[in-house]
Amino acid sequence: MLLNIRHLREIKSGVKNLLQHKLRSSLTMLGMVFGVGSVIAMLAVGEGASLEALNQIKRLGSNNIIISSQKPLEEETQQTTRSFMSIYGLLYDDEVRLASGFRHILRTVPVKIVRQSGRLGERAIDLRVVGTVPDWFRLVQRPLIAGRTLSERDMLQATNAVVLTEYGARRLLATRNSLGQHVKIGGEYFEVVGIVQSESGQGTGLQAPDQQIDAYIPLKVARERFGDVTTRITSGSRTRELVELHQIIVEVDATAFVESTAAGIEAMLVHFHKKNDYQIAVPLALLRQAEATKRTFNIVLGSIAGISLLVGGIGIMNIMLASVTERTREIGIRRAIGAKRRQIILQFLIETMVLSTTGGIFGILIGLFIPWLITLVVGMPTVVTSLSLILSLGISMMIGIIFGLYPAVRAAGLDPIVALRHE
Amino acid sequence: MQVALEENSPFEAVFEEISKIYTMGETRVCALDRVSISFARGSFWAIRGASGSGKSTMLNLLGCLDRPSSGRYLLRGEDVSRLDDDHLSEIRLKSIGFIFQSFNLLPQSTVEENIALPLYYQGWEPAQSFSRARMLAAQVGLSERLGHRPTELSGGQQQRVAIARALANDPAILLADEPTGNLDSDTGLEIMKLLTDLKNAGKTIIMVTHEAEIAAFADHQLVMKDGRIDAISH
Ligand SMILES: Nc1ncnc2c1ncn2[C@@H]1O[C@H](COP(=O)(O)OP(=O)(O)OP(=O)(O)O)[C@@H](O)[C@H]1O
Ligand SMILES: [Mg+2]
Repeated sequence: MLLNIRHLREIKSGVKNLLQHKLRSSLTMLGMVFGVGSVIAMLAVGEGASLEALNQIKRLGSNNIIISSQKPLEEETQQTTRSFMSIYGLLYDDEVRLASGFRHILRTVPVKIVRQSGRLGERAIDLRVVGTVPDWFRLVQRPLIAGRTLSERDMLQATNAVVLTEYGARRLLATRNSLGQHVKIGGEYFEVVGIVQSESGQGTGLQAPDQQIDAYIPLKVARERFGDVTTRITSGSRTRELVELHQIIVEVDATAFVESTAAGIEAMLVHFHKKNDYQIAVPLALLRQAEATKRTFNIVLGSIAGISLLVGGIGIMNIMLASVTERTREIGIRRAIGAKRRQIILQFLIETMVLSTTGGIFGILIGLFIPWLITLVVGMPTVVTSLSLILSLGISMMIGIIFGLYPAVRAAGLDPIVALRHE
Repeated sequence: MQVALEENSPFEAVFEEISKIYTMGETRVCALDRVSISFARGSFWAIRGASGSGKSTMLNLLGCLDRPSSGRYLLRGEDVSRLDDDHLSEIRLKSIGFIFQSFNLLPQSTVEENIALPLYYQGWEPAQSFSRARMLAAQVGLSERLGHRPTELSGGQQQRVAIARALANDPAILLADEPTGNLDSDTGLEIMKLLTDLKNAGKTIIMVTHEAEIAAFADHQLVMKDGRIDAISH
């Protein structure tokens, strides 16, 4: 540490000098204040955005593999004739093969998605009916708000039980006592047995059944009541699709085996599917990718931040150099009185360091305030890391030294007689 | 400092064949040309001479603000003519008091702070240095003006502050370069009375002036001409 308690006297005198030139000092500081402030704010916004993305991926489970049905491209573009039915996607057998054929697969969760409208008295809502198994609630963590999730007994007895999301429950049940109500879904009455928290995230492009309007029912019930065929009517033409399962979520026993298991699943699916009608998503891979993106992002932000701090530093140097010229006579007076070169250097250096550090501290305040304001106004998540605070304060002190040294050495190098004669 | 102080030397400052040559490109200016002279302790000298005759150069060398090109300068018997910048600063800090024609006070600092400045560099505690500053301010008759800035003072008052500051380190020699040059004659006379008092208190004073009336206050007169001593009168 260049400045320690031994220099307290010099620091005090430096602060006094700076206070004697308030306008100049505050203008000098301004570059530093906004430099540091924008650095911290930028990093906080970047950190918040990437943290949000990482969290969304993590919520999908880093030990999970998500296999989704996907309509093959050629069938998507094909002009559909009236009788045409496109058959694609994951099979009930696929799930059986996954559950039995892989050493590291801990559990598999089949998901069947049906669009149906839900109705309770006057109220109606379009639901995404998710036919699944109790394990679904283990793999896709969602806090339970009321009641219970689906049980094994629901599966065995194929009961008409439904678990709603909080959002869906509010829309349908409103003020009534939520649990035990019977909601009409696609012609059948389902008893509301539980309510889980809604997922509010904007989605990461992964087709996890995590939307606000989900209604979870036993897979068997979904299969029996709604069947595998869906009919959609779009602009006069009718599209019929036969999809057995829309998704299979697989949990692997250890992170280390996620990628190899995913490769194994891929090989298995290639073998059993003639069409390319599925998609494998590995949250872990996405997580790694997101982390890499975040690193790149941080480097880019860091460079921009570095440039703005550099500009702040050059501003300080500029004004310190001007100040050396302006204060040439003062330097001469101090030298005549007996100040050593070293003491003049120290004086100027301390002045720049006090300026840049004070600027850094004000910058930190701004850097804390801006992200707070962004979160408040735009609702965007921001995270101010302590590292960014320490780093920017350290950098601003460094800038004080680096950009203060040259003016200081120049000031001290003046011949006292010449300096005294300066007007 | 390697050389032992000869405390029994009767001379405060001795020039032995001192020359100061300024070279600016091709031209060489011999500001002082092999000057030899001794200034006794407790004496009051006035240096006179035409403009450019080398008076200020001599004073700067005496005050260790500069080094001679050749020759020896003994300050209280100690050869200081070859010392480096840090040692010269140390001598100025401990043994020299400067008074300038244009006062040279720090404009943003108060009277008190200006007077205490040399003590700051000597490492004094603020409380002690300010109490000494107040004492010196009283000695030059400025007790009422401690918190004022130089711009709020008259020329004569500013020069008093400068004198008080020059006295802060209790110097062996007071060097004054035209101390009355910026003052009207009455104020100039007041300043001279102050210097005379200091001389009577035992200080060695060497003063540059071109006014005969001012020079008359000194015990010894030295006239410079083209970097040489033209005449000495006592
Ligand atoms: N830094 C310098 N570089 C070059 N020449 C210098 C320098 N300082 C002084 N001189 C020259 O040295 C000579 C003596 O200058 P000095 O300042 O000692 O004169 P002075 O007697 O004090 O004159 P004045 O009465 O005008 O103050 C002059 O010719 C001057 O031009
Ligand atoms: Mg002169």
